[in-house]
Amino acid sequence: MWIEATIAMRFLRQGRAQSLLILCGIAVGVAVIVFVTALISGLQQNLIERTLGTQAHVRVEAPREVNLLAPAQPGTLQLVLEDPRPQALRPIDNWLQVRDVIGRLPGVTAVSPVVSGPAFGRRGDATESVALVGIDLARYLRVIPLHENMVEGRLDVGSGNGVVGRKLAEDLGLRTGGKLRLDAGNGREAVINVAGIFELGVRELDARYVYLDLKQAQSLLALPGGVTVIDVTVEDVFAADRMAARINGLTGLKAESWMQTNAQLMNALASQSMSTRMISFFVAISVALGIASVLAVSVAQRTREIGILRAMGTRRRQMLQVFLVQGAVLGLAGSAIGALAGWGLAAAFNTFGPKLFTIDLPPILVPAAMALATLAGTGAALVPAWRASRLDPVEAIRHA
Amino acid sequence: MPEPREVLRLEGLRKSYNIGKPNEVEVLHGIDLRLDSADFAALVGPSGSGKSTLLNLVGLLDSPTAGELYLGGQPTREMDDEARTALRGRHIGFVFQFHHLIGAFTALENVLMPWMVANGKPTPEIVDIARGLLADVGLEKFADRRPDQLSGGQQQRVAIARALVTRPSLLLADEPTGNLDTRTAADVFALLRRFNEQSGCAVLVVTHDPRLAGTCDRTISLVDGAIVSDKRHG
Repeated sequence: MWIEATIAMRFLRQGRAQSLLILCGIAVGVAVIVFVTALISGLQQNLIERTLGTQAHVRVEAPREVNLLAPAQPGTLQLVLEDPRPQALRPIDNWLQVRDVIGRLPGVTAVSPVVSGPAFGRRGDATESVALVGIDLARYLRVIPLHENMVEGRLDVGSGNGVVGRKLAEDLGLRTGGKLRLDAGNGREAVINVAGIFELGVRELDARYVYLDLKQAQSLLALPGGVTVIDVTVEDVFAADRMAARINGLTGLKAESWMQTNAQLMNALASQSMSTRMISFFVAISVALGIASVLAVSVAQRTREIGILRAMGTRRRQMLQVFLVQGAVLGLAGSAIGALAGWGLAAAFNTFGPKLFTIDLPPILVPAAMALATLAGTGAALVPAWRASRLDPVEAIRHA
Repeated sequence: MPEPREVLRLEGLRKSYNIGKPNEVEVLHGIDLRLDSADFAALVGPSGSGKSTLLNLVGLLDSPTAGELYLGGQPTREMDDEARTALRGRHIGFVFQFHHLIGAFTALENVLMPWMVANGKPTPEIVDIARGLLADVGLEKFADRRPDQLSGGQQQRVAIARALVTRPSLLLADEPTGNLDTRTAADVFALLRRFNEQSGCAVLVVTHDPRLAGTCDRTISLVDGAIVSDKRHG
């Protein structure tokens, strides 16, 4: 293989202008593939992180209330006109056991019981509708990193304290240390100290959420000792679907994964991935065609030299290898430059870009792109190399 | 002087083109020829007489339509491309009318090329042999020059050194002096003659130049695809 590689490298060096041009072409193509792939995966990562920063991977609730109908008697036809039942706030039966059962499932990393229901928040003449969320703080933080989202005060939900969203604080003119009156209807009222203000970055949550201690929320919502939701965190976020189905099967409770809740987001992510793959595929095709055409020209230009080499005893297989090596070297070198350029683009994006999110080059991306480009280069060289190996030496030497 | 041994034997060699088509034409009509190790033969004949075709057949670059070609006693007609290529690399050296060096390699590397395509990375011994051959053709100082930095005569001398590096038993030269001036042509011919005498390698030269043909030991005349005379002289 030594002489084939040597001849290949000398041919590439001799046609320097051609080689450099096609190297640039390959580099641009690979840079585009690397950058676009990294950009889209960074964007998706960010979207998923943001989405999961404010919601659990799986949300387990009591099953919805439905009308139970007596079965129709045999031979009769039953026509039913039913009113859907109102969905009153219902606790999960035996939630302690449910929590422990789910917590022991392999793949589950955190389980957090939550009691949640509607109320009004009042300060002076202003009234806002709020969502009371009673949490077991230590457990809840393993599901939603609320402590990372505090903008004021401290995260404290114990002994008459609570934390509120930033928008709600603005609407009611609340500050850390202020008082907030909560009215859950039927005369159940409480006044809490605003210990801190958080901002989750989701307007709806920031305008409505009031986090309280589990017990206080239970008494306000008239669900003593009960919880309405069990939030679950899983190891593999994309396995949340399967986990939800499993929990449903095990407990009979309604379990919904973040993927079901965000079906549109999942659809958008899938379309993005598809378009990234399409871009990469077509860029790779055009790079391969570029390599093929450069080598085809090279074979035409070197017809006579190929003839001489054949006359001197160079075998067909060796001639084939000379041009395959050229394709592989072009692919490898071009993709190395391109990967570096792609990395540079990503770094520039992180430094000078909109800074909405950062692009991390997945470690596998560069070697994968280089391996792919080398393979594509070798593949693209197949036709010209085959032609070179099939040249009739007599004809080739006569070739002017 | 050792006893001459047979290098090449042609028996009833025929070559046709466009076989099976209306324009089928036979270029060589049954050539019988034998070349021995000490032979220094000129192949002469008018244009279109089939000299180049014969040379290509002898050089195993092309295969005959009928007849047999023995190289070093081995029949070659039934060989596949791989075997013919290997045999060609071992036994035959080529010198073409247009020097035909590989532009991407230096003079020394060009001389080494036939050895390298057969054996890979050159050993110090073969490099010494190649340098010696370059010295023999008077180009030891030009070993590291590229072909485009050499004159036509120098390039042709490099090509001769290249043809000899594998110590072939048969050297084929197609109008090796065709594009050289008279003096350089005589020098190149003298070189071929010297190698023929030194190494006992048989030489077959196609030439148009009757003066140069006259310096050979043997003149084979080809007319219309048939040998019309085969004279030994000198």
